Amino acid sequence: MRIVFYRLIAVLLPLTILEVLCREHVIKPLILPAPSRILVGLLAVIEKGAFSAAILKTLANVGLAIVLSVAIGIAAGAVIHRVRLLRALLEPLFAAYYAIPIYAFYPLFIVVFGLGDAPQVLIGVMLAVVSMIVSTLAGLDSVPAVLGKTARVMQLGPVETVRSVTMPYAAPYLFTGVKLAVAYAFIGVIGAEFIMSGTGLGYEIRFAYDNLDNDVMYPLILLILLIAVAVNMSLDHWDRALRSRRERG
Amino acid sequence: MVSQSPIHVSLRGVTKQYDSKLGRTHALGPIDIELRRSEFFAVVGPSGCGKSTLLDVIAALVPPSAGQVTFEGRPIGNTVPDGIGVVFQENACFPWLNVADNITFGLRRQPVERPEVERRLQYALQLMGLQEFARAFPAQLSGGMRQRVCIARTLVMQPRLILLDEPFGALDQQTRLLMGDELLRIWRATGATVLLITHALDEAAMLADRVAVMSARPGKILEVIETGWPRERDSQIVSVPEFGAITARLWTLLRAQSMQALRPEPV
Repeated sequence: MRIVFYRLIAVLLPLTILEVLCREHVIKPLILPAPSRILVGLLAVIEKGAFSAAILKTLANVGLAIVLSVAIGIAAGAVIHRVRLLRALLEPLFAAYYAIPIYAFYPLFIVVFGLGDAPQVLIGVMLAVVSMIVSTLAGLDSVPAVLGKTARVMQLGPVETVRSVTMPYAAPYLFTGVKLAVAYAFIGVIGAEFIMSGTGLGYEIRFAYDNLDNDVMYPLILLILLIAVAVNMSLDHWDRALRSRRERG
Repeated sequence: MVSQSPIHVSLRGVTKQYDSKLGRTHALGPIDIELRRSEFFAVVGPSGCGKSTLLDVIAALVPPSAGQVTFEGRPIGNTVPDGIGVVFQENACFPWLNVADNITFGLRRQPVERPEVERRLQYALQLMGLQEFARAFPAQLSGGMRQRVCIARTLVMQPRLILLDEPFGALDQQTRLLMGDELLRIWRATGATVLLITHALDEAAMLADRVAVMSARPGKILEVIETGWPRERDSQIVSVPEFGAITARLWTLLRAQSMQALRPEPV
């Protein structure tokens, strides 16, 4: 209980200081409105429903990017794990992958996929998929050989072995990959909406920024923040529950 | 139909060679042994002599390079035959399953009715002294308890041949003696043939009806020693004079082999 209290203090204290600084005009409203005003603005934005389509569109694209990157990441990770030559070829590239500025390819994606949602989803997938592949490889590496032997003694076929032994054992690693994929998908999709899109939360924030509309921009930023934190905390809670079974002594 | 021949397992001219970047390694054999039905057979040998490879070959986990293995009169192929259970030295519990689910893991994937699964589970829990831990997870258990779970998981499959690959290797001496008693109890209760791979001479001498001594690599059978113990026995047998004589005989056979195994290999 004490840790929850300290966590609350760690969040509320800086917010309170910020609130005081904004209300006393130490920080000008044009730069940052008071946190309480941002919260009221968010409630108004949700109530009016003016951005519901943008919110839904962004969440749908993020969701699609997550599903694709997790599915492709696990499948590719499993293949790379099995084919040694492929692994020797690709593993050094994974380490360097996140040094590549994916957004630099955005013009190319537009040329290839047009101006729809596809380039944004693709950037989300490109950012998320490698973390899923790397986590899958780590998970499959972690499975002790003796469990494979045990599966054979129990006369499990290859599919049943993967389903009932390999995947459950590697689950904590896969889950780490999913958590990273979720974070990267949010960054990829919303970042892409910022750069070149006519809809979505990223686009609406940029539009409000261009028009100095702080009453919209900050509430939408807060909304993204709350969604990302809520999703991450839910996944973290699930992850802890999964690990606690295996590690409690 | 299961053969009722007194010879349960037979190995004829079995060898195993491994190919690696460093060349071909002759790991095992040729081996010629027979395991009698319902006997407790132990194999001892110096480190790296191929004891575990021998077990893997019998379990069809590794194909032999030459020779033939038969189980109940039938040649062993590429898949582990029905009726063979294996307990490994390493912790082979599934960490995401509780004790009860670990024990019934293989059974639930067989065409066995639910009441029968439950009956066998309760029997195995009781036999291994795990009743109070049915809902516990492996991480909450000691090394000895986890090994009991693995033995229980093998027992519920009702194997006719139980292969044990240094199952008590990671346990302390007292626990090993107690586990040895339990193993003897299980062996008597099930009537299964048991093959125990171990590096502990006293363990082999205490548990087995016959002990095969293997040479340094490539592992061959140097001698098979009959202990002559009654079927009803337990760890107190270590205090009888014959036990010392058998252990001494095993050590005499193994000493030179162990020295040879310790010598560094030419690079």
